[in-house]
Amino acid sequence: MEKLIISPAPHIHSGDSVSKNMTGVIIALIPALLASLYFFGLGALIVTVTSIVACMLFEYLIQKYIIRGEKTILDGSAALTGLLLAFNLPSNLPVWIVLIGALVAIGVAKMSFGGLGNNPFNPALVGRVFLLISFPVQMTTWPVVEPFSMSYLDAATGATVLSLLNEGSAAIPSAKDMFLGNMPGSLGEVSAVALLIGLVYMLIRKIITWHIPVSILLTVAVFAGILYLVDPATYISPLVHLLTGGLMLGAIFMATDYVTSPMNPKGMWIYGVGIGILTVVIRTWGAYPEGVSFAILIMNGFTPLINFYVKPKRFGEKAK
Amino acid sequence: MKTFRIGGVHPAENKFSAGKKIQQAEIPKMVAIPLAHYIGNPSEAIVKKGDMVKVGQMIGQANGFVSANVHASVSGKINKIDVQLDASGYKRPAVFIDVEGDDWIETIDKSNVIKRECNLSKEEIIKKIKDAGIVGLGGATFPAHVKLSLPPGKKAEVLIINAVECEPYLTCDHQLMLEHGEEILVGVSILMKALEVEKAIIGIENNKPDAISHLKKLATTFKGITIEPLKVQYPQGGEKQLIDAVVRRQVPSGRIPVEVGAVVFNVGTTFAVYEAVQKNKPMFERVMTVTGKDAPNPSNYRVRLGTYLAHVVEQAGGVPEGTGKIIGGGPMMGRSLMNLNIPMAKGSAGILYMRDEETIRKPVQNCIRCSKCVSVCPMGLEPYLLMAQSERNMWPEMEVDRVMDCIECGSCSYTCPSNRPLLDYIRYGKATVGGIIRNRNAK
Repeated sequence: MEKLIISPAPHIHSGDSVSKNMTGVIIALIPALLASLYFFGLGALIVTVTSIVACMLFEYLIQKYIIRGEKTILDGSAALTGLLLAFNLPSNLPVWIVLIGALVAIGVAKMSFGGLGNNPFNPALVGRVFLLISFPVQMTTWPVVEPFSMSYLDAATGATVLSLLNEGSAAIPSAKDMFLGNMPGSLGEVSAVALLIGLVYMLIRKIITWHIPVSILLTVAVFAGILYLVDPATYISPLVHLLTGGLMLGAIFMATDYVTSPMNPKGMWIYGVGIGILTVVIRTWGAYPEGVSFAILIMNGFTPLINFYVKPKRFGEKAK
Repeated sequence: MKTFRIGGVHPAENKFSAGKKIQQAEIPKMVAIPLAHYIGNPSEAIVKKGDMVKVGQMIGQANGFVSANVHASVSGKINKIDVQLDASGYKRPAVFIDVEGDDWIETIDKSNVIKRECNLSKEEIIKKIKDAGIVGLGGATFPAHVKLSLPPGKKAEVLIINAVECEPYLTCDHQLMLEHGEEILVGVSILMKALEVEKAIIGIENNKPDAISHLKKLATTFKGITIEPLKVQYPQGGEKQLIDAVVRRQVPSGRIPVEVGAVVFNVGTTFAVYEAVQKNKPMFERVMTVTGKDAPNPSNYRVRLGTYLAHVVEQAGGVPEGTGKIIGGGPMMGRSLMNLNIPMAKGSAGILYMRDEETIRKPVQNCIRCSKCVSVCPMGLEPYLLMAQSERNMWPEMEVDRVMDCIECGSCSYTCPSNRPLLDYIRYGKATVGGIIRNRNAK
């Protein structure tokens, strides 16, 4: 008490921290991780571990030898990027391609902009899209579901629902299988139910708000629903849109990335509606069967603009 | 249950001194009564060295419109009129009195009888309040008579009493309501008369159910007074937030509450109004809370103005081991004190000990744009943006983004997961932008 500390108010803190939020998101991803380990077995484990370790290692090396900045390796954000990148990859992807994806995600998309908080685009998605463009064959050859499979590179492969539909085939799994995740796809995206459990967890912990996931899913449902009503023979039903491809994973975990999404509810709605429309447009008329990654990255690019023009509701504005 | 509609946080309440009876603090041997106020001009001393004064005698005269009279809180001899370090961190003028006895001026009614009747006119009431030197006890210590003198053409519709006590730890208002509920309601009726309003609403957060039921029972015998329980949420005690919570009206940017027909008084001020008008007692003492996680005896004291805080702390059992910071007021908006040789002022609501480890600010990290600061801001501002602008001296941009609306409640800094000192930078920017605006208006 000889020396009292003087500092301006407030004198207390909520105790919230970056690592608490990052670990919170990682915990929310665990149900989907368990689902993918069940559906794809060993391959899912190898790809996930490789991706997480590689992302953390690259961040550590870049900080130590290039940026020489503060060590943020343990704040959980690199591990989260690694986990999300893995979720966006097929479970039979060779390790060396995963490493390239991790290097692009952390090295190019995150650290070259100044690390956590400064990246304009979602690192995991940049990594994924880079791989999709560079290795189109490996990135679009998905293993078929085989519970607790012990095969990795030699796994039997099949097409995803969206690519089948894109090629004009009509053989799609039942709604129940799509909801549970019993279908080929990137390793973390298949199980809608597991991803939704993660969403509920994040909402309860107040890690994210509902605006972005709801606006994306609602927009896709409405837009795809209108198309389907106009011509059910040509267009994919909204239910298939919602339950297949990367939509759930994208809407719940990728689009809600703090750094690259808008800062207030109004902005979040614009962003979410934009992602929803772009997703359906790319899926319906684009060259790729899958459009969520591109839609999110495009709207990431609009986020600074949205933040500049769309302001939160000020106190006293339009007072009643 | 009602609450304000934009932002807000809910820190741990830690109301350790709740339910502790108000004790009369011992009168010290010497007091230093501050002549300066939180805002407005310091009062002018009207006594000189060697003068004998009685308790309640005026010693400082209001200087200008936004200023208030100051009265002796003790009887004795004027030692000197000098500067004194006060809670603001500045040395400002104060009257030093050596205490002799406890001799009150004759006009004060010292009895405990509650006097409900008041037949004074509006002007007489305001004059009495002005003479008694009453200022708002909620923190800003704005002179009460100024608030009661509405701008020409403006008409109040409702009087709102701020009894939310949203700051964690503090309990002085709570205890005052339990022990002096009837006097407070008489004070409310007097203020209603002065403002010529038919309706008064007392807003109380529902973490004080005993005060709510007590006042509700008493209010049945008063005309036009209702009690409004509010959901616990900080900063509900902010004037604009309270009006929004109670009557669902938002005061526009840069305007005063009466523009939406409301006038707000703190519950402690209301009690002081009762004492001034009904008992002829000027404002020379107030209730304050002495508390902290390790406080030996968290309690509520009635303390004479000008008493050194050290004197109060000693009676409450002294400063606990391991205290790293002492705060004058609550943990969200209070000021950290340099030492305890600071005199108690009209705005001092509490003394709070913070543990050493609580005082350490965690390392600042990059903004991760989680938007939590935006969602908790009760004024709908963007703290992350204002801080970035302040760091870069972008004053015109800060003005456009409404930095002047900031009420400095600290919800942003409290919430930030990256431990960014948002409010520190915003305050700096607000002060600079405020200066620019004043210069521009002066031209």
